[in-house]
Amino acid sequence: MATVELTFSALPAHVRTARLVATAIARRTGVQESLLDEVRLAVGEACSRAVEAHRLHCPSEPIRIELSDDSGRFEVVVSDSAPNEESPIEEPSQTLHLGDEASFNLVPDSFMSGFGIAVITGLADDVEVYPGPKGMRIRMSWPAAATAANGLTPA
Amino acid sequence: MDLKLDHHTEDGLTTVDVEGEIDVYTAPRLRELLIDLVNKGNFHLLVNMEKVDFLDSTGLGVLVGGLKRVRAHDGSLELVCTQERILKIFRITGLTKVFGIYASVEEAREAHGRDK
Repeated sequence: MATVELTFSALPAHVRTARLVATAIARRTGVQESLLDEVRLAVGEACSRAVEAHRLHCPSEPIRIELSDDSGRFEVVVSDSAPNEESPIEEPSQTLHLGDEASFNLVPDSFMSGFGIAVITGLADDVEVYPGPKGMRIRMSWPAAATAANGLTPA
Repeated sequence: MDLKLDHHTEDGLTTVDVEGEIDVYTAPRLRELLIDLVNKGNFHLLVNMEKVDFLDSTGLGVLVGGLKRVRAHDGSLELVCTQERILKIFRITGLTKVFGIYASVEEAREAHGRDK
């Protein structure tokens, strides 16, 4: 298994860098081009959620991303160190639907973590969220080409 | 790519041209512009997203916030967007039923003219 680890301080500007790194490694690992937008958006959502949580609770702590290819899948794990005070809205089984007026009016201007995770579950076919008292871990994966199993196939 | 914003008003409809990436870093600038436009009495907004490369839930939150603000003045906030990668996040969230989404600025302007 080849793994790339990235840590970054909780600044919104770094989320774009994390997206770019994740997309580049996904491509190199053999994830289909048609899935790369999903990878980019899902990793961005996970990192944005982590940045917002760190800015609230522990701005000096870094956020960590692990990207790996394992058994024909490209896997991304985003881990934060912010105390988890979230409600059960974090559960990935939550379905998201804002199309009716009642739901729409309840949505805050600034979407927070529950919304981002719900978007991730709509994008990745394999998502697990591990909320914990010392931080949250979001693991997501996508199919990758078997020929790129060592992660070293040229792009 | 950073975010570029421009806007112009014609026949009571203010078009906001957005270019680049709308994410947790850049979305506050779009939020400020929408708030400023509403504060200056522009209650009918059309956000042209044809040159948007990336949109996340933070950006969606800004658009939802803008829609709430204009609705408070009986206004409207509609979108121009044909890119599948951007439309997908609207579908996932069910927001395709909340925003009017048009294929071109011209089409949106025609619809706005009919609704006046």
